[in-house]
Amino acid sequence: MADLSVNFAGIQSPNPFWLASAPPTNSGYQIMKAFDAGWGGAVWKTLGIPVVNVSSRYGSVNYRNSRMIGFNNIELISDRPLSDNLREIEEVKKRFPHHAVIASLMVGPREEWHQIVRDVENAGADGIELNFGCPHGMCERGMGSAVGQEPKVLKTIVEWVKEVSTIPVITKLTPNITDITQPARAAVAGGTDAISLINTIQSLVGVDIDRFVPYPIVDGKSTNGGYCGPAVKPIALNMTKNCAQDAGVNVPISGIGGIENWRDAVEFILLGAGTVQVCTAVMHFGFGIIREMVSGLEGYMDEKGFATIEDFRGRALDNVLNWENLNMKYKVVAEINEEKCVGCQLCYTACEDGAHQAIKLAAGSRVPHIVEENCVGCNLCSLVCPVESCITMVRRDDGTEEVTWAERTMAGDVPVSFNDSLAGGLHHAVPAPSEALNTSVPQHYGLR
Amino acid sequence: MALYHPPASESDFERNFSQLKPLMNETEAYYESARCLFCYDAPCVNACPTGIDIPLFIRQINAGNVNGAAKTIYESNPFGYACGKVCPTEVLCEGSCVYNLQQVKPIEIGRLQSYATGAVIHQEKQLFVLPPSNGKKVAIIGAGPAGLSCACELRMRGFEVTVYEAKEKPSGLTVYGVAPYKITNEEVLNEMAYLEKQFGFRVQYNHRIETREQLADLESNFDAIFLGIGLGETAALNIPGEDFENYFGAVEFVARLRMNHHNISVPTRVVVLGGGNTAMDAASECARMGAEVVILAYRRSPEEMGAYHFEYDLVKGAGVQSLFNAAPVAILGENGRVNGVKFQKTETVNGKLRVVPESDFVLAADWVIRATGQAKQTGFLSLIPGLITDAKGRIVVDNTTGQTGNPRYFAGGDAANGGKEVVNAAAEGRDAARSLAQWLLSSS
Repeated sequence: MADLSVNFAGIQSPNPFWLASAPPTNSGYQIMKAFDAGWGGAVWKTLGIPVVNVSSRYGSVNYRNSRMIGFNNIELISDRPLSDNLREIEEVKKRFPHHAVIASLMVGPREEWHQIVRDVENAGADGIELNFGCPHGMCERGMGSAVGQEPKVLKTIVEWVKEVSTIPVITKLTPNITDITQPARAAVAGGTDAISLINTIQSLVGVDIDRFVPYPIVDGKSTNGGYCGPAVKPIALNMTKNCAQDAGVNVPISGIGGIENWRDAVEFILLGAGTVQVCTAVMHFGFGIIREMVSGLEGYMDEKGFATIEDFRGRALDNVLNWENLNMKYKVVAEINEEKCVGCQLCYTACEDGAHQAIKLAAGSRVPHIVEENCVGCNLCSLVCPVESCITMVRRDDGTEEVTWAERTMAGDVPVSFNDSLAGGLHHAVPAPSEALNTSVPQHYGLR
Repeated sequence: MALYHPPASESDFERNFSQLKPLMNETEAYYESARCLFCYDAPCVNACPTGIDIPLFIRQINAGNVNGAAKTIYESNPFGYACGKVCPTEVLCEGSCVYNLQQVKPIEIGRLQSYATGAVIHQEKQLFVLPPSNGKKVAIIGAGPAGLSCACELRMRGFEVTVYEAKEKPSGLTVYGVAPYKITNEEVLNEMAYLEKQFGFRVQYNHRIETREQLADLESNFDAIFLGIGLGETAALNIPGEDFENYFGAVEFVARLRMNHHNISVPTRVVVLGGGNTAMDAASECARMGAEVVILAYRRSPEEMGAYHFEYDLVKGAGVQSLFNAAPVAILGENGRVNGVKFQKTETVNGKLRVVPESDFVLAADWVIRATGQAKQTGFLSLIPGLITDAKGRIVVDNTTGQTGNPRYFAGGDAANGGKEVVNAAAEGRDAARSLAQWLLSSS
């Protein structure tokens, strides 16, 4: 049976699933309920000078019939007095001594940092997370992402914290920056014990087209919010990988961004994360989703024979290369399983209009066919196909040859002029522009 | 005890005839529309006789453009709301949905269609801008699906249109002939009122065209005439006893039921003769009206029934009993009233139906309803010079234009196709209007 427990930069946790600092961790009530449900840790809603919030705080991106595939908020840090939060931290730790309670902090001057670090340590917090990420409201006051975007300032504040802290310090990074490794390195230089990422992305989730104002609407006006939810996972994965691969960022990483099931968690761990943090999925479905996450992760580890999280953490990192190091001799083409095909022809129109005109229709059959010499192996058809395992990408090279762009460049075997005969596109057919007007389209398109 | 109690009030009637395809609410439409794959060269479009751009209107619903969706539907089919409810979608659009091939429930296209069109009908939304009059006048005989679809299409092209309708309500069999659990009278008539207002044609109700003189008037006052006259009454079987009281045609029964609802009282035992969709409707309706025993008697085997499978399923679900290979040979009665039907057993030998000798038997019945096809209106049609009917009494039309043997007359719907669905009539009426318009504008 797999052991899900982790030691993250010295913080013990029964499993790698933590609640991210956010509305679900606003109170001891919520955190106790979460621990009781099976969560391994929780990062307390950011503490500091209590704020005053506005009414109407969240906005959502819905895709077809799916609610909240993206989500944003304009809520600030904790609006509760520090003493209330400290008392509840103590109470939670007393009841759940083996769960991880991390205090997220955001204050201004050095003395305030010193004071609040001591306060949360005294309350029994297992670790500290520095909120250098919020891209709305607090950044206007020189905190949150305003810090995360200035590596020098970030480093200084980490140093202030480390001057007094005796428990592990995690620095939470903002993705609202060009190169995530720069603030990550600054945090390490400042002495951080770990980093966590990503915080939310500066965003407008949509605009009310009748009232001419973006969401969420506060008395007819809006402001940018912080974007999160399933839609941001790819950005978070990439930034996690960037930090995990960077030799200058040699500290544990807590992965955050769009995680809502065990599979998402495994992906972050494979790219180097030691724990994962979840917020939006809990705001959508409640603490109960932990049941699926734990059982899925256990099942995966048992199936793969991984005894601990460390057994597979970072296992995908060696497989993420720069583009120039990919094998250009690798060749796949699409194959349609005629038995499974339902004849929706989405692959046809996707390839025809959106790719390389390598799929054709034949009279008398609804099943499209691949024109293999035109197929560049882009995967698009297999991605749009609504049927499970109907279109597969089949390897055509024999696997014996390997050449990369870097090697070809070294060998002078790359196009260097605008009309170079080595242009990759010379090897597959491109129809003449005028053929577009002779291609038949369905009658109901109402053209011609 | 039968499944249904005889309805004593309108609300009882509505319960017994609860809608098979109830209107969707906004949430249902949102989730259902989200499932559509937006197929290329979509099979549902190809399966629709009116060729509605179904993936487009479903996408419009999902994108919050319900008016646009309704316009997409009405551009192809003026009976958009009615067809969403009464079309045999199981064998048309929904039956061809690609989801069926992976055992996924097909998109509920019919209900989405009624959702979008119902919304604009309710809001009385003006969707179309009509062009100014082109000065040409067309008379339409029959305010059914063919006639009114023809009227809408002609109005879109600037023609003046007058429709002559023998009955007091528009829509033909949509209100008089469709089973009440498919669509309510109110729903049908709301769409008709919407079309009349939207397209501005005139309908003269209770105005039967039946004489040569009336036709001559139309010929002199209009540039062309469209015949959307449908079929006549249920044909006789030509067996003994057909003049007994309580022996009548299915089409006539359904019309009476639709106009009178719970005020009709159905007796204890009913025998329905036939194996087509109209027989199914009549049998199912008698059961839902509380008849204790309803027997559907068909002279051939179950496999040879003309009715759709799902229609027969409905009949069985309503508690109707079936009797196959039973050919009626006489209607029996006493004191002028029906009291039974005499049958002979049949069997199919070498592909031919033959009577089993010495196999006579009698079923007792208080009502006998024959659903054995409607007669053609050949007598009336013979008043139109040059117009030709085929051996089955159908008006012969040019397949692509709908033009009859008399070039000033066009035709479509049941009178020309012999009796099909509302959606077929709507398509034929629309297509005939397009050819008629082209013919009139090019010949002047």
